[in-house]
Amino acid sequence: MEQPIRVLIAKPGLDGHDRGAKVVAAAMRDAGMEVIYGGLHQTPEIIAEMAVQEDVDAVGLSILSGAHMTLFPEVKKLLDAAGADHVLLTGGGIIPPDDIDALQAKGVGRLFGPGSTLVELVEYVQAEVGRRRAAAGSA
Amino acid sequence: MTALDKTKEAELVARVKAGEEVACARMMTWAERGDPRFAVAYDAFHADLGRARRLGITGPPGAGKSTLVERLALHWRGLDRTVGIVAVDPTSPFTGGALLGDRVRMGELSLDKGVFIRSMATRGVFGGLARATDDIADVLDLNGRDMVVVETVGVGQSEVDVAKSSDLTLVVLHPGGGDTIQAMKAGLMEVADIYVVNKADRPGVDRLVQQLTDILDVRDIPLQDRPPILTTVATEGTGIVELAGQIDASLAEREADGRLAGRRGENLRRRIRRIVDGRLRQDVWELAGLSERLDQGTAGLESGTGASVSAYGLAEEILSDYRERRHGETQA
Amino acid sequence: MSIMDGTATENSSFESWKKAYDSAAQRDVSFETVSSEPVEALRTADDIEGTDPDADIGLPGQFPYTRGPYASMYRTRLWTMRQFAGFGTAEDTNQRYKYLLEHGQTGLSVAFDLPTLMGYDCDHPRALGEVGKCGVAISSLADMETLFDGIPLKDVTTSMTINSPAAIIWAMYLVTAKKQGARLDELGGTTQNDILKEYIAQKEFIFPPAPSMKLVVDTIEFASKEVPKWHPVSFSGYHIREAGSTAAQELAFTLADAFAYTEACIERGLDVDTFAKRHSFFFNSHVDFFEEIAKFRAARRIYARRMRDKYGAKNPRSLMLRFHTQTAGCSLTAQQPLNNIVRTAWQALAGVLGGTQSLHTNSMDETLSLPTENAAKVALRTQQLIAHESGVANTIDPLAGSYFVEDLTNRMETAANEIFDQIDELGGVVEAIEKGWFQREIGKAAYHFQRELEAGRQTIVGVNKYVENSEDDTKIETLYIGPEAERQALARHKAVKAARDESAVAAALKRIRDDSRSGVNMMPAFMHASETYATLGEMVDVLREELGTYREPPSF
Ligand SMILES: Nc1nc2c(ncn2[C@@H]2O[C@H](COP(=O)(O)OP(=O)(O)O)[C@@H](O)[C@H]2O)c(=O)[nH]1
Ligand SMILES: [Mg+2]
Repeated sequence: MEQPIRVLIAKPGLDGHDRGAKVVAAAMRDAGMEVIYGGLHQTPEIIAEMAVQEDVDAVGLSILSGAHMTLFPEVKKLLDAAGADHVLLTGGGIIPPDDIDALQAKGVGRLFGPGSTLVELVEYVQAEVGRRRAAAGSA
Repeated sequence: MTALDKTKEAELVARVKAGEEVACARMMTWAERGDPRFAVAYDAFHADLGRARRLGITGPPGAGKSTLVERLALHWRGLDRTVGIVAVDPTSPFTGGALLGDRVRMGELSLDKGVFIRSMATRGVFGGLARATDDIADVLDLNGRDMVVVETVGVGQSEVDVAKSSDLTLVVLHPGGGDTIQAMKAGLMEVADIYVVNKADRPGVDRLVQQLTDILDVRDIPLQDRPPILTTVATEGTGIVELAGQIDASLAEREADGRLAGRRGENLRRRIRRIVDGRLRQDVWELAGLSERLDQGTAGLESGTGASVSAYGLAEEILSDYRERRHGETQA
Repeated sequence: MSIMDGTATENSSFESWKKAYDSAAQRDVSFETVSSEPVEALRTADDIEGTDPDADIGLPGQFPYTRGPYASMYRTRLWTMRQFAGFGTAEDTNQRYKYLLEHGQTGLSVAFDLPTLMGYDCDHPRALGEVGKCGVAISSLADMETLFDGIPLKDVTTSMTINSPAAIIWAMYLVTAKKQGARLDELGGTTQNDILKEYIAQKEFIFPPAPSMKLVVDTIEFASKEVPKWHPVSFSGYHIREAGSTAAQELAFTLADAFAYTEACIERGLDVDTFAKRHSFFFNSHVDFFEEIAKFRAARRIYARRMRDKYGAKNPRSLMLRFHTQTAGCSLTAQQPLNNIVRTAWQALAGVLGGTQSLHTNSMDETLSLPTENAAKVALRTQQLIAHESGVANTIDPLAGSYFVEDLTNRMETAANEIFDQIDELGGVVEAIEKGWFQREIGKAAYHFQRELEAGRQTIVGVNKYVENSEDDTKIETLYIGPEAERQALARHKAVKAARDESAVAAALKRIRDDSRSGVNMMPAFMHASETYATLGEMVDVLREELGTYREPPSF
């Protein structure tokens, strides 16, 4: 049996613009994923903790506040430290191309800017999680 | 530390016992997905189980179960007890996906290592919901949690079964949450060991308590066996100390008079029955290749090119195929 | 009877038009507004048959104000061109204000950074990486003094986009003005201070709804007694729309909020005519031109009717809805950003034709960063072009009487009334918030739109039509806020805390706690604490302890 993908969708930082996070969460649910909605105003520590306990395949962060250069690396560091370095960290928001490059160099996955489609996002998560599962030798 | 995916059963058991969170989470995934490794691991740790106190919490959506669980957990943390929580939410019947939001309700617990929260969807679970929640509760027990709570929405039989599969079952209701008739229909009235009337800050509490009392009167339960009815305001923490006290008292009483051991035995029997049921079903459908048999038998129906099929006839054919195959196996 | 006959009489009948129309080919698109409302090909007098030209449409400056709050509208005074600004340090923003005032802007607008909006000082761990990023950081009176240094507050009007800690920030502003020598009763401006829409849409809340409402009522009461020219609340639909609502939802949710505050003030014992005359609104102007104009016109009519009939307001100023408009940030695209100038232009035009009292036009680069100086200038020029070249400001409510616009206006009113009934059924605005109802409705609308877009049933030029794949598609100059702002803010904050009288601060904070418990109006305590340089975070922390914090119900 195909195991459903588990994803944590969360909004770190202080802004409350959760339109993107909610729409993405709904799209992932409709693509058959189990989406753990982590809610608003979360700290990197809480997000990493949730990701670990829920044993998710991927974490999607929505960041519109401009604090992405602080928040993505922090979550990544905490995931690695907790032994969850297999988790795909992805997300979206208003992130300039140079910053995207810098974040990807630090092990963050693809990041989706304004104008990205839900289909792109869902397909990316499916493909990347599939790849990681195959590489890990688990179904 | 071995990468999780390569970890052998015994090592993962050891890591769960040592309290490691990722290990605990992965063991739960094995359990949830019916991974054969879970059964292997289980054989290695079942003798260590039984320390944790298990509560089932159920009730209609929006009654305040998650808020209440958070408050109880905070209270227990104050008493230095560790807590494990399993929050079960429905899966979308259309897409098989799920949006699990209970964690948001329990935000204050997020950073406390003494609390482990796991969200679960009702489907995507192999071999029945209660089978999976039992296993996950066991993992929390193994992980050294003192109090293990399983929250389910009291909407259907399988959810109510989950709540029952515990040392003590709490049924949470709230005024304005529709009629108590609704709760009765869902089978909630029978499983309650404690009633919690939450949202006591809202009008209609007294009426709801009265309705519950009336129902218990009608059912003619002896006074000493009657589930107590407690009122709470979960959002403000009112009544939580009393509720936690009642939980401890009920558990202690049941432990003393042997009811707890009896119930655990009963739960275990039911659980084994579930496992057998699950295996049998798997045997029939998957191992004996009968899913394909079903598909063949009904081929062409959707496209309108097939002949009409008798549901009873085909079912009987499938079963006799199975019996023949099994017979062949026992002969061999 | 065939349309081919071509005789004048037959052609003038509706039936023959209908035939001709039906036999003509139609473009293969869904004729719907951006809110997914179907739009007919033609409206005629029949469609507004029930509309009374006097009772429903009327005249400008007259009940029900459908045509505008004032008799002479833009022939007396153009709308206020108010561009939102605020970024980095208080010094940077102060410079920007001076620049904008020199370029003909007539009102100031303050954007605060997220830590300030959430009641954290710049040195709070949760502020890390966010200080000065989306607006100016205000941690104490000292920052406010720097922000308005050299700008006489009695001569400008200031609009402050602040909500959860609005009462405290406003107190700091009032103290700053007093220190400049101004009297409270000569200060004009607006605090957004609409907490209900925070729970509904923008989600920058701190305390639970009920105590938050109490703080809002405190500011309304204080304003009506001490700062009579101030607009203490701006009932805001803008964020509701940005979160993905439809036009009708924006309209209805915003008005429902306004009525909830009105009821709370009446409950406090205030006379509706003492405070309602300072009510102000803040709407979004989105891409569907006529739908927006209808929304603005309907808003005035619904409001006037309810305020008079349900709340017993008598003063005409309590009945006339006045509003600020901002063009739709969510309609702008990162792709082909120059197109955003054009989108913004017609959205602004819709605001003007809808009779707005003030207007903010977005800059073309806002999906990418805070506006650069050039982009901000073009945005302001857009308004000036509409005002001085297009001619639309010459005639009052020029679209009145259009079958189409009047019918749309009627439909908006009907849709809003239906939503009011739903909210009533749920037990009112606060109850509906706690049930997650608004959040769910908006979420559904946002998801619906996104799927329509991806299915090609809605079009965004440059995103799903006329797409250019060239790399430098998005390359325009953007404004970068470096860590410098954070460093400067932290340095000043440290210096302020080192220099102040700690015992005075402690006493002022204790007064906040005491006043919060006793239930009196909190404004005097906030002003007093601001004077001692007690920080925003310190004051909010006391309130967090006293009032509790809010977490929203997960709602999908
Ligand atoms: N007024 C009131 N609201 C409550 C109380 N307990 C929970 N709620 C609210 O009821 C809603 C549903 O609560 P939740 O814990 O998610 O319910 P669940 O679906 O049973 O888990 C939330 O908005 C809570 O804040 C209470 O005691 N009083
Ligand atoms: Mg729940």
